[in-house]
Amino acid sequence: MMESIKINASIRGPWTLLKKELLRFWRVAFQTVAAPVITALLYLLIFSHVLDKQVQVYDKVPYTAFLIPGLIMMSVLQNAFANSSSSLIQSKVMGNLVFVLLTPLTHLQFFAAFLFAAIIRGLVVGLCIFLVAMWFVDIHMANPWLIIAFALLGSALLGTFGIIAGIWADRFDQMAAFQNFIIMPLSFLSGVFYSIHSLPPFWQKASQLNPFFYMIDGFRYGFFGKGDVSPLISLSVVGLSFLVLAWITLKMLKSGYKLRT
Amino acid sequence: MTSPAIKINGVHKYFGSLHALKGVDLTIEQGEFFALLGPNGAGKSTLINILAGLIKPSAGNIAVMDFDVVHQYQQARQLLGVVPQELVFDPFFNVREMLRFQAGYFGRGPENDPWIDEILEGLGLTDKANTNMRKLSGGMKRRALIAQALAHKPPVIVLDEPTAGVDVELRQMLWEFIKKLNRAGHTIILTTHYLEEAEALCSRVAMMKQGEIVALDSTSNLLNKFAGKQLRLSLGKVTLPQGLLPMLRVQDNGIFTFALSDMEQIEMVLSGLRAANIKVLDMQLSEADLEDVFLSLVGNHS
Repeated sequence: MMESIKINASIRGPWTLLKKELLRFWRVAFQTVAAPVITALLYLLIFSHVLDKQVQVYDKVPYTAFLIPGLIMMSVLQNAFANSSSSLIQSKVMGNLVFVLLTPLTHLQFFAAFLFAAIIRGLVVGLCIFLVAMWFVDIHMANPWLIIAFALLGSALLGTFGIIAGIWADRFDQMAAFQNFIIMPLSFLSGVFYSIHSLPPFWQKASQLNPFFYMIDGFRYGFFGKGDVSPLISLSVVGLSFLVLAWITLKMLKSGYKLRT
Repeated sequence: MTSPAIKINGVHKYFGSLHALKGVDLTIEQGEFFALLGPNGAGKSTLINILAGLIKPSAGNIAVMDFDVVHQYQQARQLLGVVPQELVFDPFFNVREMLRFQAGYFGRGPENDPWIDEILEGLGLTDKANTNMRKLSGGMKRRALIAQALAHKPPVIVLDEPTAGVDVELRQMLWEFIKKLNRAGHTIILTTHYLEEAEALCSRVAMMKQGEIVALDSTSNLLNKFAGKQLRLSLGKVTLPQGLLPMLRVQDNGIFTFALSDMEQIEMVLSGLRAANIKVLDMQLSEADLEDVFLSLVGNHS
């Protein structure tokens, strides 16, 4: 299918890199798509079994329905991060990143290819979870445009963060530290499983410093038409964070930080 | 006049306090088959990596067909195909996919497929085109690595130690293919430890030592200038007449090796020995090779 798309020679370079990045995760879709979908569904089964009768976060919204958008968004974010970061660290450790570094691709084209591959992996995983979750609960979407906007911006933000981590890390254990000490805590403490209004005031304030909170809350707002903060605030925080990280990433790529000595 | 394939101008590189390249100047014309020789740590790979854009020079500049490798890197890299020294590969794809990707990064699409077939055939990879890179043997991986550098049909090809750890058969095949490319007009720049390869293939040679070029000439001139012919004489325990000492290269266990610039010097050595009443027990005359030049220039550092 991809071959049949006519493509202008000047964008063939970045398009090829994007295609390679997409094929890279698609070849191992069992690990890169199926595994995170199963994980999210296990969370869904366990938490909904334990808490559905006891907890109601919003009026007339069962806990399971509340949980689904959070789980989808968490998976979108984690997988967008995993895609760009793992591709880069693998290519660096294996040494095959040199094949890309020897090409005339600009830093912007390099960034765009890794970014779009990360977004697409995040969205594919999110969409699969969404489709499977539909079997469990009726899912209403109050504002589909907000859902799309947050899914795109959130995966772009984490895909960019993944590029930074992939460039910075020299070894797999450094990358694992990124995953375990930054991505996991920030995503688990972002209100995926609860509304931050249920927290003590101090932790409510602390949660508001977590950019993941705005991505989860804004995404969830798209489903229920309500959230912990205004979706416009969330959209601004996420959009601004993306711009800042994208600027840092482009600076790193342009200077050749850790890639060209 | 055509622009030089490579023009290196006063290139310095510091790694912390290490002065790895100390002002290298070098011009390689289009169509040359050029060798860059030197012991480990001489700076060959650093120079090649600067040319390829993988390392930034501390001072000076390099141009590929007049395009600066830093400021006009897109044009420069289009013209350049570099075979990296390390045996690296992408485990996700097969050989043909990798070659198509590599060509694609340079803006080449399906119209480039016949060239990819030609490379596969030239390097004996046609049977392995659909084999995953992971499943290739070391020698096959090396061929695939070379194929990747050629995928976008670059006019200037740089091979950094391409035959390290490669068996004789593959080496022969590889050189036949590279010679064919050279005849077709591609400029070839080669770094190698196998001096006989450089001698057999390259029309011009630069030798590097500790970040500097210590010799740069045509292969035949270098051979004449630095070594000429070698005369090995077995003389036993004797003291040579003073007049012969300037020509003496090595003295080992009664065997004396003289470096001669022409055949007339043989008679000079022999008559000197006769006059000193020294008997020649055995005699061998040999042509010098690049290794002698190399050793005489880089000495103990090799």
